[in-house]
Amino acid sequence: MKKLLIGAVMALGTVFSSVSLSFADELLVPTMSYRVGPYAANGTMIANGFTDYFMMLNERDGGIGGVKVKAEECETGYKAQVGVECYESYRGKNALVHTPNSTGITLQILQKAPEDEVPILTMGYGLSAAAKGETFPWAFNYPASYWSQMTSILSYIDSQTGLKGKKIGFLYLDVGYGREPIPVLEELGPKMGFETLLVPVAGKEMQNQSSHWLTIRKEKPDWVIMWGWGAMNPTAIKEAAKTRFPLDRFIGNWWSGAHVDTEALGSKAKGYLASSFTTTGTDFPAIQDMIKYVVKPGKSKTEMGMPGKVLYNRAMFNAVIIAEAITVAQKMTGKKNVTGADVRLGLENIKLDEARLKELGLEGFTAPVIGSCADHESGGSIFVQQWDGSDWKRITGLIPPMTDVVQPLLTAAAEKYVSDKSGWTTQKCN
Amino acid sequence: MFYRETGQFKSKYKEELAAFPLAEDKVGIAILLVIAYVFIPIFGIPGLSFEFTMGAIMIPVFIFTITTLGLNILLGFAGQISLGTGAFMGVGAYSCYKIMTIFPDLNIIICVILSGLVTAIVGMIFGLPSLKIKGFYLIVATLAAQFFLEWAFIRVAWLYNYNDSGGIEGTNKEMFGLIVSGPQSDALTRYFIVLTLLVLLTWLASNVIRGRIGRSWMMIRDMDIAAELIGVRPLTAKLSAFAFSSFYIGISGALMVFFWLGAAEVESFDVSHSFTYLFMVIIGGLGSITGSYMGAALVWVIPVLIKEIGKTAFGFDAFVMENFSIIFLGVAIVVILIVEPHGLARLWQITKQKLRLWPFPY
Repeated sequence: MKKLLIGAVMALGTVFSSVSLSFADELLVPTMSYRVGPYAANGTMIANGFTDYFMMLNERDGGIGGVKVKAEECETGYKAQVGVECYESYRGKNALVHTPNSTGITLQILQKAPEDEVPILTMGYGLSAAAKGETFPWAFNYPASYWSQMTSILSYIDSQTGLKGKKIGFLYLDVGYGREPIPVLEELGPKMGFETLLVPVAGKEMQNQSSHWLTIRKEKPDWVIMWGWGAMNPTAIKEAAKTRFPLDRFIGNWWSGAHVDTEALGSKAKGYLASSFTTTGTDFPAIQDMIKYVVKPGKSKTEMGMPGKVLYNRAMFNAVIIAEAITVAQKMTGKKNVTGADVRLGLENIKLDEARLKELGLEGFTAPVIGSCADHESGGSIFVQQWDGSDWKRITGLIPPMTDVVQPLLTAAAEKYVSDKSGWTTQKCN
Repeated sequence: MFYRETGQFKSKYKEELAAFPLAEDKVGIAILLVIAYVFIPIFGIPGLSFEFTMGAIMIPVFIFTITTLGLNILLGFAGQISLGTGAFMGVGAYSCYKIMTIFPDLNIIICVILSGLVTAIVGMIFGLPSLKIKGFYLIVATLAAQFFLEWAFIRVAWLYNYNDSGGIEGTNKEMFGLIVSGPQSDALTRYFIVLTLLVLLTWLASNVIRGRIGRSWMMIRDMDIAAELIGVRPLTAKLSAFAFSSFYIGISGALMVFFWLGAAEVESFDVSHSFTYLFMVIIGGLGSITGSYMGAALVWVIPVLIKEIGKTAFGFDAFVMENFSIIFLGVAIVVILIVEPHGLARLWQITKQKLRLWPFPY
């Protein structure tokens, strides 16, 4: 009995001691992924694209600056509370940058970033106001905030049919993410002369939107903009087709226009529009390398059909920004093993211009991302893509945001965010 | 051998009625308190990183123990079933947030206790149907409370001060020159505050339950008509149970946001969380304070540990471990309920009985 007890304690001890083992000489890039839960179809693509790029760098270049990258997934199931646990589990482990992959998680860990000195990169999600680098030194939302995106979408609509006197329906998932762009609509509605119809979809009703589309049918908006996610998107497109709403007047944001949303509908979704900031397809040397070094040899969980799809490519671009920030940080500090604070500097001084994108094998893939101390959002230009029944096709050039509208809103929001927070860390930019 | 009451004689009624009449129990509690107050803050849990121990295990377990205690008072002692626990925690969190922003200089502990009182009032209002209906019908009524409150947390923008994000966030709060809550606070400080509140609330609960009020709850639970006949007023008994239980749940909700997560949105208070807390109570053991501790610890810690060990020691993918921990917890619930329907508390009681005879089972 006693021996058994001692044995058990020893076994437990070995398990625990191996838990606390850590590896030096590695760049730890955690990502909060969600391969389980209601959003798993989207989350799997994102997690694959993200980790594959770093795996490719390890295989092809031996890591970044000669140091291997460890892209580690932490499963959240897209739940904010689990995301916080993930965040806590990386404290004291020299994580370089956090990728929450969820606006809800971002909002909860945003305040902790300055204390732990690990930057948060929320590419295409998160708090819009984080674009203000002076107020949010530790948060980045390259290449565009939700607010910039909304103004670009409105510009697109304006260029197609004009906005004056029109009624714009806004169909959104009723969580922080979906409500985020409402201030822009409220601000621009009177200015540009359009009327907004808000149609919130509660998380529970995602897959049952008949009542929402009844409202839309009754109110007859000229355009419908959607801020949806997961199962909400295909349901909305299906309902739109069923109620004979013209699909080329129905435009999703960049999280509402992926292959997982339209593939099952096929030709029924033909004509549906969505904004995006990353091009689809595999005709880029970087993506070819990922297929060659990682996907084909079966080193990742990615199946052959995945590379080139919207979410895969976008998550890869997220990894590209981080890899570039690490490269910049290594150059600036002269160290190989950089820290979170170094990567923050790298993110601020990132310069992914046309030339650099070409060097990385991503020519024409996206708008240039050029950061600065004050601007944590960069240009913010997007384009519009359309589903042709079998694939997404880019149909416009780059549409810049209405900077004059967005910037004052961002400044006000950033001020409001810190107004009730004592001891908030800001920085001065010159 | 180690656990035997032989020779411990009582000469006063007071001694007989003490919370821990046996010397062994007193020693046991003292050892547990020493571990919680001295050993863990200094050494942590061996093998796990200190931040992880505090942030992912100890603080949440203590907070959920308070929730479980609260729900156990309602469910285990007063026999009223509630599926609104998640939302009542939300009431605590949102009211604490409102109180904090309206009175920024108020001590945060007072905020937390006030938010418990607000939740108690809300709980009493939603407990009113219990005077007319019982069992499954009451479940439906509390479920309605859950959905109504969730709706309110989204729709009533005043509750979250019209934040664009729709969530509530904690800020740095000082107490005696020490930052006790918010992003700059030290995990250890928060640990001590949560632990102390837990100890105080446990002490309060155990005394209330053993007293007149607690006995009236148990009478209502066992047979409400008989209880009414011998003079227990169902109105006061049921509503006081709802109030008392909601007070605990509200405090735990406020603690969850301001001493653990740092921020929250409505998702942290949804119905699936209500079910988790119900599992904690049922697995721990209905009508048992020890059980509340064990249930909360088991349901919370096992998935966290499985994930961490699987990831770091065996190199499994995170999502594999996530699925595995969901399966494991589900199986554990079924097995425990088949082997011991009265929960872990009953198992502990049986163990104590066995220990009395061990090693000579004559």
